[in-house]
Amino acid sequence: MPAEPPVVTPRSLAEAYELLGGDPFRPIAGGTDLMVQITGELGEPPERVLDLWRLDELRGIRLANGDALAIGALSTYTQIRRSPLVGEHLPALAEAAATIGAAQIQNRGTLGGNVVNASPAGDTLPVLLAADADIVLGSRRGERTVPAADFWTGYRKTARAEDELVLRIVFPLRPGRRTRFRKVGTRRAQAISKVVMALAYRSDGGVWRDVRVALGSVAERPIRVPETERVLEGAAPRQSVADHAAATIAGEISPIDDVRSTADYRRAVSARILHRMLREEGGW
Amino acid sequence: MTEVVYRFTVNGQPVELAVPGMRRLLDALREDLALTGTKEGCGEGECGACSVLVDGAVVDACLVPVCQVDGSDVRTVEGLATGPEALSPLQEAFLETGGAQCGICTPGMLMAARAFLDDGAEPTEDAIREAIAGNLCRCTGYTKIIDAIAMAARPA
Repeated sequence: MPAEPPVVTPRSLAEAYELLGGDPFRPIAGGTDLMVQITGELGEPPERVLDLWRLDELRGIRLANGDALAIGALSTYTQIRRSPLVGEHLPALAEAAATIGAAQIQNRGTLGGNVVNASPAGDTLPVLLAADADIVLGSRRGERTVPAADFWTGYRKTARAEDELVLRIVFPLRPGRRTRFRKVGTRRAQAISKVVMALAYRSDGGVWRDVRVALGSVAERPIRVPETERVLEGAAPRQSVADHAAATIAGEISPIDDVRSTADYRRAVSARILHRMLREEGGW
Repeated sequence: MTEVVYRFTVNGQPVELAVPGMRRLLDALREDLALTGTKEGCGEGECGACSVLVDGAVVDACLVPVCQVDGSDVRTVEGLATGPEALSPLQEAFLETGGAQCGICTPGMLMAARAFLDDGAEPTEDAIREAIAGNLCRCTGYTKIIDAIAMAARPA
């Protein structure tokens, strides 16, 4: 049987903060990543686990101040898929949630877990980058906000301190902004992505502004591609622009060969996905 | 970290378990409660063989620690039949269409199908395929399984 490390289940956020302020704990949310690690096949299992599942303070999806969508860290992918607020304001996130695992995973896996697990293939993470999301962390020391762009600092490394919990993810709602999502894996369900991409922009008299292009599974962490964004900023989604952007992104990323795919495939598919998104958005 | 007693129901029966909280629900069911209908396939959330319902939602029992089902309602394949000689209409449909072959995926398929039918979504082929997308059948008898779920979804 797998390791069964000691676990504590706090009943309030304050209790969780106290525990985290003492001995180091590995937090468990929906368990879809951590429960695989307790088998010990992927390295040492955690020594001590903090079960977050009862912290209802970390649940709920709501509009904040009318100009942001705040998603509690314990919101499951199923809740995100079914949320009318997400459907209205950030459908790309609902699309991303729908591509993760299948029903069994979507019923347990959480947005906060995806953020903290920090896999380079985390499917929601490019959406957070493209949508300029803020990650709100809490501890005994208080709350602080880290922009998604600064959160993933290296391979499975984050800006979260050991005594902090991710409380919620806040997406600013900007009028006229559109966000797109696409994942390519071996099959539609239950696949870890080979390439995952999110695109965001605002159309201003036919040209694009505030363009964000973010990818997963092509680097040691989820990334934005600033050179490609510069090609699209102030441009219209025409074929010549799409060709230029596709060539740029293929040169800008440095994916690797691994068990799921090859560097060449990832480069080609990234270019193809972006080109197709531009064609669809441009209506040609 | 004193020992905790976890209380929940399995197929409607109250259970109390004094076991480590990080024990997989799968092991608690099979080893502590002797409910071996739930199968272990991959043990990492890929194959769905250990699918059970927790508060109505289908989950992989290999990925859920016992501490997270405290107070919950757990349903396993043993809870589907209404008596020793009385299979549920869903189980009958699997028999009728040939939806069960070697049998290792069957308990998980049945529980994923149960959650789908309980949800009340339109039982289109696409919706059924999505509902069992997290369940692998190594005999690749998917067509018969989809037929079975569609049959069970039709009013008798």
